[in-house]
Amino acid sequence: MEKVLMKGNEAIGAAAIRGGCAYFFGYPITPQNEIPEYMSRELPKVGGVFLQAESEVAAINMVYGAAGAGARVMTSSSSPGISLKQEGISYIAGAELPCVIVNMMRGGPGLGGIQPGQADYFQATRGGGNGDYRHIVYAPASIQETVDIMMEAFDTADLYRVPVLVLGDGMIGQMMEPVEFREPRKRSLPSKEWTTTGTGGSRSPNIISSLRLDPVQLEELNKRLHAKYAEIEKNETRWESYKTEDAEIVFVSYGTSSRIARNALEILRADGVKAGLIRPVTLWPFPFVAFDELGTSVRALMSVEMSMGQMVDDVRIASNGRWPVGLHGRTGGMVPVQHDVVEAARTFLREVK
Amino acid sequence: MMPVVFEKTRGLTDKQTHYCPGCTHGIIHRLVGEVLEEMDVLDNTIGVAPVGCAALAYDYFNCDMNLAAHGRAPAVATGIKRVLPDRTVFAYQGDGDLASIGTAEIVHAAHRGEKITVIFVNNAIYGMTGGQMAPTTLIGQRTTTSPYGRDLSHTGNPIRVSEMLATIDGAAFVERVSVHNPQHVRKAKTAIRNAFVTQQKGLGFSIVEVLSTCPTNWGMTPIDSLTWLKANMIPYYPLGNLRRPEEANHE
Repeated sequence: MEKVLMKGNEAIGAAAIRGGCAYFFGYPITPQNEIPEYMSRELPKVGGVFLQAESEVAAINMVYGAAGAGARVMTSSSSPGISLKQEGISYIAGAELPCVIVNMMRGGPGLGGIQPGQADYFQATRGGGNGDYRHIVYAPASIQETVDIMMEAFDTADLYRVPVLVLGDGMIGQMMEPVEFREPRKRSLPSKEWTTTGTGGSRSPNIISSLRLDPVQLEELNKRLHAKYAEIEKNETRWESYKTEDAEIVFVSYGTSSRIARNALEILRADGVKAGLIRPVTLWPFPFVAFDELGTSVRALMSVEMSMGQMVDDVRIASNGRWPVGLHGRTGGMVPVQHDVVEAARTFLREVK
Repeated sequence: MMPVVFEKTRGLTDKQTHYCPGCTHGIIHRLVGEVLEEMDVLDNTIGVAPVGCAALAYDYFNCDMNLAAHGRAPAVATGIKRVLPDRTVFAYQGDGDLASIGTAEIVHAAHRGEKITVIFVNNAIYGMTGGQMAPTTLIGQRTTTSPYGRDLSHTGNPIRVSEMLATIDGAAFVERVSVHNPQHVRKAKTAIRNAFVTQQKGLGFSIVEVLSTCPTNWGMTPIDSLTWLKANMIPYYPLGNLRRPEEANHE
């Protein structure tokens, strides 16, 4: 299939529909409005339903209902709106419903701003809702990767019966790049025998609920969820290691930031400083194993992110005392500049000598 | 052998309910179950339970059930109905769930003319959490969070949900009923049936507000509770139909 030039947000809609998504419930918020706009235009053409909800809260609960009815369903929003969905995401995780949620992050806290940010890392990877739950977090760094992930995300959600979060930022949503829609790898998916579609008189009623008043049963549910999360960690952890073989400093960076870190890496290398990059594609599960593959040349790690330092916590866990961990963070809608990343790396390497 | 003159509806499971003695949730459950069975839609019905006393309704209705987050049952029911437009979808909500935390969801489900049926059980108090003031608590009524009686100047008037929803065009069927005596139980069943007929005919959103008792948290016997409901709730929450499409008249 030939490449087409598409804006990130519209490419997400197109990929979702190709991934089998037939239902979209959402509420307007910048900088992701092209997603619901695209879906409102395109879903009716394929027999799907776009419904603008009265709030992000209602939208995520419509997703809960539609997922329980067996549909491939998604919602999208941006940071403050995703905060409002956290209650629903926790319930969806507890009730083991598959769905896809897109967060085109902007600067925070509170209403923050409308420029790109990566300050929802904690919320995305630690669970912004209550309880012991996890969900897959994909962090694409290009429109092509966004499209590839969106087309696969519904399969992944169905396979594990979990919500899947695609974590972009305003830059990924707004920029245009050439994309090609490629079929994801075929996965063997379980049939949805648990859905509430009416018994048809042929089976006992199905119940979708995250409530377990008996603590024995609630602990059982949590143990089952965590066994599933362990499977996901084993099978779905994804990252890219770039020029790490001989690196003395390894940047750790995702999404938009990783593109700048990669440029900084080339500048450093041209100047004789061997820099590398670990780019997590899944933020949960975090690619801890990527760090075990690093060689003896490495003297330091540096997290480059659009926050005051959130992913850096996972980098420290990954380092586990093996390497000093630095941070170069810009926030509030400010995007790192490659020259600053280069300088930060040089300074850090001097400090850790 | 004695002739069978009454049977438990197939619309309910055999599970023993957790409801307190004298609570009228049991009657309202039975009416919904009977209507679904009599309309022959039970096997194609998906119900949505609320957070509150009726949370465990998913164990009692003999059909596919979802448990929603607090106040969000109309949104969950919307998601289900949009995916399965030919199925019967209902939400069963209490007054804290629907009239307080869930006001946005119920108003907009009505506004969209969402083709779902809502059974709204109003007992003027938060039952499950131990008797706190609800938005429907009457002026002067004592609860654990209005220990001196609900004060109008402090908390405003109790909310009349049916009257509010009846102003919305999408709300095709709106009726308030009570279950404080057998005559009204029969009227309540007719209203519930008409609400489901409204849904079945695709005429829009339908809601039945059922005035209900909470003997435990009102601190009364079941019989005194029924008397109190009649004497105090009905004057503020008048019974009757507020909106009904011609085509929904069952009786």
